[in-house]
Amino acid sequence: MKLFEIIEEAIPVEQVMNKVVHPNCGAVNLFVGTVRELTKGKRTLYLEYAAYKEMAESQLTRIGQEIKEKCPDARIAITHRIGRLAISDIAVVIAVATPHRADSYEYSRYAIERIKEIVPIWKKEHWEDGEAWIGDQKETRAYPTGKPDMGGHES
Amino acid sequence: MIMIKLFAAMAEEAGEETIELPWMEGMSTADVKKWLGERYPMLAPHIPAAMVAVNQEFANVEETLRDGDEVAFLPPVSGG
Repeated sequence: MKLFEIIEEAIPVEQVMNKVVHPNCGAVNLFVGTVRELTKGKRTLYLEYAAYKEMAESQLTRIGQEIKEKCPDARIAITHRIGRLAISDIAVVIAVATPHRADSYEYSRYAIERIKEIVPIWKKEHWEDGEAWIGDQKETRAYPTGKPDMGGHES
Repeated sequence: MIMIKLFAAMAEEAGEETIELPWMEGMSTADVKKWLGERYPMLAPHIPAAMVAVNQEFANVEETLRDGDEVAFLPPVSGG
């Protein structure tokens, strides 16, 4: 069972959740990221995700390790889909199980923010009047050290 | 041989996802950037903004390479 995966098919949400369910955990937080149709009034027809697959999986694993360092009892699974996705299709599922609920909320949020910083996945927006690869969602285009912060965030 | 990997807009503009660069002793990531920008001028504007990964790990600004290394240019990411 792979806890951190890049796949090309529809993400089986419940299977991702079941990877982290555990008797010691009283909370599972599921984050489900879906394809949005309207962004600032602009209509998206569909999206295309591409990844540097091997590195993306190892970076997702790293995010899991960062969370474990902060919360040793946490159990984390992340699946990201690539390829062509339609409006409302699920692009990413993050499952975080922890003994108590506050941690599961906190580290779910942490995981998605880190994905946007350090996991090599890109998306191409296809609009009625054009297309573009979108990066830089966090407006971190300039990396002063030539790479993102790999130390993990304090939280 | 250095295997260069391109993604997203860079792969589209170059028309290639992988490019082979003959190995030369003492080569660094800076040399690869310079070579890529000269050989593929359409990539030159993207190179400064792209992060570089060597063998699937983020690399420092300039890193010495070994024959057989995989050097990937990563535009700012946007997963999720």
